[in-house]
Amino acid sequence: MTIGSAFDIAAQVRAGTRSARSVVDECLAAIDAREREVHAFNLVLADRARSAADVIDARVARGEDPGPLAGVPIALKDNLCTRGLPTTCSSRILEGWRPPYDASVVQRIVAAGGIVVGKTNLDEFAMGSSTENSAFGPTRNPHDLSKVPGGSSGGSAAAVAAGFAALALGSDTGGSIRQPAALCGVVGVKPTYGLVSRYGLIAFASSLDQIGPFAANVRDAALLLEVIAGHDVMDSTSIPQASPSLVSVLDDGVDGLRVGIIEELSGEGIAPDVLAQLHAAATALEKAGAVVETASVPATIYGLSAYYLIAPAEASSNLARYDGVRYGNRVDGASTTEMMEATRTAGFGAEVKRRIMLGTYALSAGYYDAYYGKAQRVRTLIIRDFARAYERFDVLLSPTSPTTAFALGAKTADPLTMYLNDVCTIPSNLAGQPAMSVPFGVGDDGMPIGVQVLAPLQGEATMFRAAAVLEAAAGAR
Amino acid sequence: MVMSQHLTRDDVAHVARLARLRLSEAELDEFTRQLADVLAHAEDIERLDVGDVAPTAHPLPLRNVFRADVVSASIDRDEVLAAAPAAEDGQFRVPQILGEEQ
Repeated sequence: MTIGSAFDIAAQVRAGTRSARSVVDECLAAIDAREREVHAFNLVLADRARSAADVIDARVARGEDPGPLAGVPIALKDNLCTRGLPTTCSSRILEGWRPPYDASVVQRIVAAGGIVVGKTNLDEFAMGSSTENSAFGPTRNPHDLSKVPGGSSGGSAAAVAAGFAALALGSDTGGSIRQPAALCGVVGVKPTYGLVSRYGLIAFASSLDQIGPFAANVRDAALLLEVIAGHDVMDSTSIPQASPSLVSVLDDGVDGLRVGIIEELSGEGIAPDVLAQLHAAATALEKAGAVVETASVPATIYGLSAYYLIAPAEASSNLARYDGVRYGNRVDGASTTEMMEATRTAGFGAEVKRRIMLGTYALSAGYYDAYYGKAQRVRTLIIRDFARAYERFDVLLSPTSPTTAFALGAKTADPLTMYLNDVCTIPSNLAGQPAMSVPFGVGDDGMPIGVQVLAPLQGEATMFRAAAVLEAAAGAR
Repeated sequence: MVMSQHLTRDDVAHVARLARLRLSEAELDEFTRQLADVLAHAEDIERLDVGDVAPTAHPLPLRNVFRADVVSASIDRDEVLAAAPAAEDGQFRVPQILGEEQ
């Protein structure tokens, strides 16, 4: 990291002691130096970023305040619509498409003085846990180029970890922000469903998708979430409330906070080095005054099965729109049906096809009740069990990912093995609740480990307080 | 009854047709095996007795969200059509849909 924290950059740019242009130039130099080996980006917007920085500097020179993200370089996951700029979802089917509008989050970060430096790589349509499902080739983990960065927001996580941007946005449907954050050693937040507008986020599974921040530290993540959160009339699932105050609570500590370690997510299937860091994190919270006990959220053990029926079912419906008619690429055929089949067959990669097939099957006549209907009822059980746990606890704790970053190619042959990466992150999406990953120590292989802090609906402030204590403890060791 | 044991290659071919995907013979074999694996994992919830539990489709209690009935700007038609693979006379153009000439 060379450019420093987003918080400091914004403060310096607003005060006129550092130019946005110099910040962006440093960022672009870092990209020039390492992007070829990391491949975090589908598109680097060097000229636009420099121009935008010059505009910010001119505003500061005129005595204006560009906002809380003044001059901060930000990378956007390439499933967020950017007006007039390619937005691909790392899929051939959208290659070359230029959206006619900006996502609400993009409008908000630009209005706050943030500078978009590029669009980051992802698993095609955000379906994956390693960023290996991209049509444009995998992203590599900046800490070890032989390892995956996690996914699906692997490009955004890698961009922050490599210092290509101070902040990044990703989307999280089953862990796609938190798992890559853990594997790349950065902070990643999945906010409460509905806290951040999804307008302009290309849909994967609409009842689970949520946009959230990546940052190098907890305070930067809080700053970015404050900017992007809050009601938006363009998203009918947006919670009709103002953005929560998060930066101001970071020093409040955890004295008396009731913390529960989720026993169902911290035993079998979790690597010993990851568990050791989880327990070290719990001890750190205890030393800071929290009361830590074991918590039981029994139905979370069914989360993976429920998720891999619900998410594909919603995806099969959402991705029906890629039919070669309104946008994206078309492969010609004699009839409309043949054109659609040829277009979708050529445009989608294997994992997207698998999920569309799985979802179509789970929704098809004769199987709907056994699969999709059952999964929706299990979703209710998970929400009920979380509610019971939150009667006794303020926040819950678990690993973010069962292991540290694995080698490229290690899990591509067996989809189910890949899906197991999401076992700790999926329950929060099914419940709509916030959760974040905080870097805490390294594994036996020297790679980063993330601890997950979970909170009830709209419990972001408490979650961030615990995260700040964990970050301080991790840094002090 | 555990459904995953019944997933056949023909089922996968049928679902591919419904989803407007063409699969090669090799893909049909591979997808049948992989989808059966995922469905076998889902046997844990197939066996649960949750008949008295209400389904959840969505995590928030929001419903019937309306905007004010006021005319406002929308995306320009020509800009939308410019992003389409084919357009004509202000409309999306597709191959012939009906089997017969009209």
